[in-house]
Amino acid sequence: MHTVLESKTKTVIIGDDAPFVMIGEKINPSGRKKLGAEMAEGNFERVRKDAIAQVACGARMLDVNAGYPMGDEPAMLTEAIRVVQSVVDVPLCVDSSVFEALEAALAVYQGKALVNSVTGEDERLELVLPLVKKYNAAVIGIANDETGISMDPEIRLSIAEKIVQRAADYGIPPENVVIDPLALTVAADPLAIQITLETIRLIRQNLGVNMTCGAGNTSFGLPNRAPLTASYLAMAMSAGLTSAITDAMNDTIRMGVMASDVMLGHDAYAVNWIADFRAKQKQGNR
Amino acid sequence: MTPDEILQQMYDNTVLGKAAEVKTLTEDGLAQDMDPLDMLYGGENKELGGRGLLPALQEVGRRFEVGDFFVPEMLMSARSMQGALTLLRPLLAARGEKTVGKVVMGTVKGDVHDIGKNLCNIMMEGAGFEVIDLGVNTSPEKFVKAVQDHHPDVVGFSAFLTTTMPMIKVNIEALKKAGLRDQVKVMAGGAPVTEHYTQISGADGYAPDASATARLAKKFVGDTGAVPTGALADAIAAVENMMSVVEPS
Repeated sequence: MHTVLESKTKTVIIGDDAPFVMIGEKINPSGRKKLGAEMAEGNFERVRKDAIAQVACGARMLDVNAGYPMGDEPAMLTEAIRVVQSVVDVPLCVDSSVFEALEAALAVYQGKALVNSVTGEDERLELVLPLVKKYNAAVIGIANDETGISMDPEIRLSIAEKIVQRAADYGIPPENVVIDPLALTVAADPLAIQITLETIRLIRQNLGVNMTCGAGNTSFGLPNRAPLTASYLAMAMSAGLTSAITDAMNDTIRMGVMASDVMLGHDAYAVNWIADFRAKQKQGNR
Repeated sequence: MTPDEILQQMYDNTVLGKAAEVKTLTEDGLAQDMDPLDMLYGGENKELGGRGLLPALQEVGRRFEVGDFFVPEMLMSARSMQGALTLLRPLLAARGEKTVGKVVMGTVKGDVHDIGKNLCNIMMEGAGFEVIDLGVNTSPEKFVKAVQDHHPDVVGFSAFLTTTMPMIKVNIEALKKAGLRDQVKVMAGGAPVTEHYTQISGADGYAPDASATARLAKKFVGDTGAVPTGALADAIAAVENMMSVVEPS
């Protein structure tokens, strides 16, 4: 199944036979109080720089979030989307839990966006899905609902099924639904990732839809996080994860993802791997 | 092993998160008729160094605060203490020991992050508080009802997202509306929360991490930081609840 995302000029395909799509996570004021404060003041210089840097490092999409306490989120997100689309040509994840912010941002977005996100809660589905349909966008559906986050992969699967079904009711095809199987930190529960991997396998088998997740969650609370996140991604990709919102600027994570693509046959004949090697060789020779 | 050795070993093994060893030591101590309070608080002769369960947990909290300890280590230490408490709690309850104070804690509505809140609960329980944990995604109505039902000294709001932070203010307004604001101290914290933000929300205090939360709660109930005379009794039962930690984002 192919999920197609577009900017004004560029198309990216998320799919189980295509190279993994790394979605750059940096443009998000959560945990970056300075970035949020600047955005609230109308200063988008850091947003601009982060967008350029992440794409230069190989991010094929970018997540854009403007959640900031007491900030005017619809206005901030709209401006962030404008700024990012003016400096890079990759498709974007429009990220907000505030409906008005999604509505305003999608109105200015050029292309086909990935809306981040909707949960399996009825109230959220009824609110967000019509908007996704209106702009012919794709949407991330998180496998939790009113009852919270289940640690049973079968229940997560059933919530994913519900989201795909509800999307279909609104005329959104399954290829425009990207499920987040939920990756929690292994620091708090040694079995957290086993549960995620099993959820990914079940969704791959039963629904066949594309999947994404916040990869950094998996190593929260631990030191030396990048190798852990990279290792998680290799396993999740093998189970069927097709994209992730992650730190695309971290070389350990990036190389882990690229190597996994080679091993899984998604980078056929290692074309991207060899090109990356040559580019680095060239830089080294300069 | 002498009682002094047992207290020191309890401390060392709790810091290291060795649950089986801590449980055995507790059993050994009880077999020797040691006072459960001593095992909790370390007893006399503080100059001998770290002793007992709660000083161990406080040391773990301190190391976590300065970045020397990580989340799994803190959870393993809490689990070790939990094993010992299973043995000590009935004895303490039978003696009718009191707690330092009562705290109602919860993650605000719309937010399902609970690792931070759970670490705060561990440290407050370690400081001798009874903690009533309302869990995640807690509505203002639920907070109000808990304050009405339990009459806590302190209520704590945890928010991990910039989008759920405004619920701190909403909760405080709900307490005001219910006429409860003057009866309870309000503290707040969480990744995006700042001191300034808690002030303008109308809270009484802000805590940046788990150890600071326990200090703030102590300050609110007027505890000078001395070892509490009462024991944890039923309060520490809540330590058991913290085993279900999850952290989505």
